[in-house]
Amino acid sequence: MSKVASRYRDPASETLSWRLILILLAVAFLGIVVVLPLVTVFYEAFRKGTGAFIAAFDEPDAIAAIRLTLTVAAIAVPLNLVFGVAAAWAIAKFEFRGKTFLVTLIDLPFSISPVISGLVYVLLFGAQSYLGPILKSQGIQIIFALPGMVLATIFVTFPFIARELIPLMQEQGTGDEEAALSLGASGWQTFWYVTLPNVKWGLLYGVLLCNARAMGEFGAVSVVSGHVRGLTETMPLHIEILYNEYNFAAAFAIATLLALLALVTLALKTVLELRYGDEIAAGRKH
Amino acid sequence: MDVKIKNIRKEFARFPALHDLSLDIASGELIALLGPSGSGKTTLLRLIAGLEQPTEGQIFFGNEDASLKSVQMRNIGFVFQHYALFRHMTVAENIAFGLKVRPSATRPPKAEIRKRVADLLDMVQLSGLEKRYPNQLSGGQRQRVALARAMAIEPSVLLLDEPFGALDAKVRKELRRWLREFHDRTGHTTVFVTHDQEEALELADRVVVMSQGKIEQVGTADDVYDRPGSPFVFSFIGSSSELPVTLKQGAVHFNDRPIGIADQGEGRARLFFRPQDVVLTDGAEALSGKVTACRRLAGTRIAEIDIAHGAGSSDKAHHVEIEVPLDAPVTLGGDLSFRPTRWRLFLES
Amino acid sequence: MKSWRQPSILPGFGLTLGYTILYLTLIILVPLAALVWRSTGIGWDAFWALAFDQRTLLALRVSFGAALIAAAINVIFGVVVAWVLVRYQFPGRRLLDAIIDLPFALPTAVAGISLAALYAPKGWIGQIFAPLGIRIAFTPLGIVIALIFVGLPFVVRTVQPVMAELDREMEEAAATLGASRLQTLTRIVLPTLVPAILTGFALAFARAVGEYGSVIFIAGNVPYVSEIAPLLIVIRLEEFNYAGATSIACIMLIISFVMLLIINMLQMWSRRRYSNV
Repeated sequence: MSKVASRYRDPASETLSWRLILILLAVAFLGIVVVLPLVTVFYEAFRKGTGAFIAAFDEPDAIAAIRLTLTVAAIAVPLNLVFGVAAAWAIAKFEFRGKTFLVTLIDLPFSISPVISGLVYVLLFGAQSYLGPILKSQGIQIIFALPGMVLATIFVTFPFIARELIPLMQEQGTGDEEAALSLGASGWQTFWYVTLPNVKWGLLYGVLLCNARAMGEFGAVSVVSGHVRGLTETMPLHIEILYNEYNFAAAFAIATLLALLALVTLALKTVLELRYGDEIAAGRKH
Repeated sequence: MDVKIKNIRKEFARFPALHDLSLDIASGELIALLGPSGSGKTTLLRLIAGLEQPTEGQIFFGNEDASLKSVQMRNIGFVFQHYALFRHMTVAENIAFGLKVRPSATRPPKAEIRKRVADLLDMVQLSGLEKRYPNQLSGGQRQRVALARAMAIEPSVLLLDEPFGALDAKVRKELRRWLREFHDRTGHTTVFVTHDQEEALELADRVVVMSQGKIEQVGTADDVYDRPGSPFVFSFIGSSSELPVTLKQGAVHFNDRPIGIADQGEGRARLFFRPQDVVLTDGAEALSGKVTACRRLAGTRIAEIDIAHGAGSSDKAHHVEIEVPLDAPVTLGGDLSFRPTRWRLFLES
Repeated sequence: MKSWRQPSILPGFGLTLGYTILYLTLIILVPLAALVWRSTGIGWDAFWALAFDQRTLLALRVSFGAALIAAAINVIFGVVVAWVLVRYQFPGRRLLDAIIDLPFALPTAVAGISLAALYAPKGWIGQIFAPLGIRIAFTPLGIVIALIFVGLPFVVRTVQPVMAELDREMEEAAATLGASRLQTLTRIVLPTLVPAILTGFALAFARAVGEYGSVIFIAGNVPYVSEIAPLLIVIRLEEFNYAGATSIACIMLIISFVMLLIINMLQMWSRRRYSNV
């Protein structure tokens, strides 16, 4: 009987040795490409000891960078949240011509270089632009200031929440809402008590991804920031400056904060997927 | 080719699917594996194909131990329940696949493959559709492509998993007759799985009735219908009613009352009878109960009757179904007395 | 007149669609229009000269070339990784699956400095290759490494769900017809994955072409050699050469657009050819 077992193999799978080879290949590839860079962040941050690590945060510029990062995200994410919900409502719950085109436009920022995302605002509001002198005369500064950085971040993270909600709400259809309306609920009540609870986990998922990208955005923000230390530096920009000043320990120390943010995002994302997989849109794409 | 299955046992992750099962299939036979879902019939078919590995036991194709052969080497034709046609290949490419993947030494030349495909398409009456893709075909056409594809490799055994399961009733009946003719023409040893008893009884030379990983009975349609070998077969094939009885001193007792003669046996038993094997009578040995439902079935009428236990018993009444003449005086809620004329007893062990 | 939308009893269509279009216009369309408008203001000859000067051309070549190579490598390994995650059960599979998204969640600047440290001649990986005379960091090779990191999740996450939906009976059918496992994989499994693989490739490629943060630290940024197009835009901006920056941006957008169009057409073709005909 053991002879049978040893000769037999599942016809719809690879042999054990091939399976092992492929698993090892995948593990090795992910280990080198993904895990090693992550480990390096923490290794480099603590290489000069915990003293150097803590010192990196005991600095006004670092604190300012952290505060600015949080501020930018705190403005950009809610704005994209409102947009995402509105867009998903219009696109998922109604049938109208030009819908596919609208979805393509919403996806546009995904295929545009972050540097170009920043550049467009410089061209629109910068000193050389037509609007530039007018804004300046009014004392409004957009480029090389907070508004520009927020705008660039919004641009880059624009599709995240809408992209998460649209397929989810499409899948759920309009039956629940129609039932609520027929029972006498108002439009807002229907939205608050029926639609929102149905999509809350998908929404949270989208917000999570949007926030991670907003806090970590580098290219777009770099173009519009002007790199004024302590004023227009977010954490990623601060990391760049420290790195270019060969202050590696400090650069990596700040980087650990962002790496932790990424890890927490991943952990929450995994938990959401495991527990509420059905309530997060199927066939999701980044 | 004849197939012998010897003491096959199959466990899925400690869950037993087949218990020590043996079966001989003669060359050229058309065999149905019949049973409810979870009875292990599909597992048995997949074991014969080599798509599953037996935990214990052997399978012989002729005199050769097929257990030692991989599915690729067994040379079986397998038709999947949902056909598993290759979606990205045309009908012709699907049928030719089994020939094209052969090593160059045994692969027929291209012209011959083309001819073979044309012949097979002709045989399954799909000539002219060779350039179509599977999703451009109807269910019945797909089914026949799957059959042609399986036949292309000239299999020694043809295995079909619920071959008509995914088709609507009308196409199913047509294809059933067509498959029987096809089998008679080609003479392949054929095993098919079904949960539809009508299909099994009509089509197969012999029916293998399975339940809970065991073979309950193997026999012709007449065997399994007229001479069911077990309570399961009696209740699974055709309609029947069951009563718990006691055998003592050569008589069958129900509710402590003799209702007939028992040739042998002593103790508790289960009595089965078919709805048509009854007469309406008020005699001493009659059973009587309350008519709970009455429905017309073609030329007859079926009455559902609840037979209460003896006085004082709080057990649930026994529900039986009997056939009554159209002119019989049956009133809903009224009493009706009858007596089974033919029955089978299965002693409880 | 036939209405441009189907009637519905749900409220809020005008409000939400109006807001969506307004926000989209203000945030995305107007700024992009500014880019296009500014580029037209440069004048054709000047635009031509700016777009096709040697340094720009080489930067574009580095960006698109490295993105192409990285996306191709990601397709190969991404398909293997997705297959392993979908088909095999082994300890740590969940963790491996979760890790795939790290490049997506990790800020690019963090990835950039980390990769630079890792592949520098004294880094963990760099020191393995340094004695062989192979330099990775601060060469075009480094750019490819960074773009592999960035693009990986796109391939895996596009191919994975399609693999999970594969009909295993098709593979069993191929086996019963005598096909070896390799034949089944190449003739049955792979063709059905082609549309998904092309999509994953396109997404990874699009992301890699525009990537900035994770590249500039490891690239070395030597003009004419390891300078990527997005960096050249930044450099032109810092020189207050707005026309230069605008023209490079325009060329990038056009090339990306054309390539995505081609890939979209390929995808449509392959979808017709390989899946639902």
